[in-house]
Amino acid sequence: MSRDREFYLRRLHSLVGIIPVGLFVTQHLVVNHFATKGAESFNTAVHFMESLPFVLFLEWFVIYLPLMFHAFYGLYIAFTAKNNPQRFGTFRNWMFVLQRITGVILVVFIAWHIFETRFQKAIGADEVNYDMMADILANPLMFAFYVVGVISATFHLANGVWSFLVSWGITQSPKSQRISTYVTIGIFLVLSVIGVRALLAFV
Amino acid sequence: MNATATKTVVFEILRQDTTDSTPYLEKFELDYRPNMNVISALMEIRRNPVNIDGKATTPVNWDMNCLEEVCGACSMVINGRPRQSCTALVDKLEHPIRLEPMKTFPVVRDLIVDRERMFDSLKKVKAWVPIDGSYDLGDGPRMPERKRQWAYELSKCMTCGVCLEACPNVNSGSDFIGPAPLSQVRLMNAHPTGAMNRDERLNAIMGEGGLANCGNSQNCVVACPKGIPLTTSIAALNRDTTVQMFKNFFGSDHMVD
Repeated sequence: MSRDREFYLRRLHSLVGIIPVGLFVTQHLVVNHFATKGAESFNTAVHFMESLPFVLFLEWFVIYLPLMFHAFYGLYIAFTAKNNPQRFGTFRNWMFVLQRITGVILVVFIAWHIFETRFQKAIGADEVNYDMMADILANPLMFAFYVVGVISATFHLANGVWSFLVSWGITQSPKSQRISTYVTIGIFLVLSVIGVRALLAFV
Repeated sequence: MNATATKTVVFEILRQDTTDSTPYLEKFELDYRPNMNVISALMEIRRNPVNIDGKATTPVNWDMNCLEEVCGACSMVINGRPRQSCTALVDKLEHPIRLEPMKTFPVVRDLIVDRERMFDSLKKVKAWVPIDGSYDLGDGPRMPERKRQWAYELSKCMTCGVCLEACPNVNSGSDFIGPAPLSQVRLMNAHPTGAMNRDERLNAIMGEGGLANCGNSQNCVVACPKGIPLTTSIAALNRDTTVQMFKNFFGSDHMVD
């Protein structure tokens, strides 16, 4: 096992990207979408999430620990690649490059996002609610940063689903991989619309 | 002098004198001849090693053997793309023509690289069918003809290294064995006699630098001069190793079937 750790780490990296991290991101974007129905609606949804039983356990084992593993091992993977889209300008090679670029963006964005929201609540400095997000997003630079962060996340997840299907041997033939490309483009578009609509609801 | 003799072709060649000396670019201007290819141009430079400034220089070193794109020895990076120089026709290339060694591999001299890591990988993944015994083992199981035809495509691999050069995950900072030896595992595991050791090969590619290092950029299948379905092989092996992983963990009576 020790010599062959890399195989299992890579497979674990692929798995946790979908379960639980990908599922959490989807749920997070859907809950955010309550903001389009007004502050009241968003605050109710946030309070519901915060009032879930075993919330600390859920946060650490469903979000923080898998996310940190995926982020840090992902950084290692991203920086061991020698990108060559200028030599091979194919769609898949660009997806490969963008997966790594969005991954690095997401490490920065998510660290900042958690610091600005959950961490502030944890030290008792602020409450996580509609007003907090409206204050943050009132700054046009921050708004742009959040749009980039959300689009990066939806892209990284959708393309991650595609490579998950290959990495676990579910899609093998070129045709199956092409079909899953179309499906994951659909996932990207749908999640992006949900995510960006929620952001627009705060300004 | 006829009309074609006045037309010339310029070659920019990335040269390197020893394994660890600094590479430098040297330009050569040759008379154009109809149907010339990169190898014939290099032969011309060898015959008359004078660079574009008219200075005498050392002949450019390169590797070649079959001259019909089946040995893989003459692979190099031509105008940014790794390929065989024997089938690189000057008429079909953009000018000036730029030649570089495949720097994914250690450079020996000029355009010659050391592809030993590929042969080491083939050993590592046991890319052979073991049939030696102390007595006559008799005939092996028969292979369906259609499967043989399919497997023949995988057997066209000439270990040229182009797929490794194209792969972003094969580089000096990674020990990924690359697409070529992985596809050989699929070939050997598809063989009815080879399948008797399929778990050994799968376990080999589940080791350090193995299958899981693939990042699905799919450059290999685009670059392969033999049109080998490398990414299909990798995805198929991903499925095989997924099953093998559970067999290894829980134990199984079906390690080779």
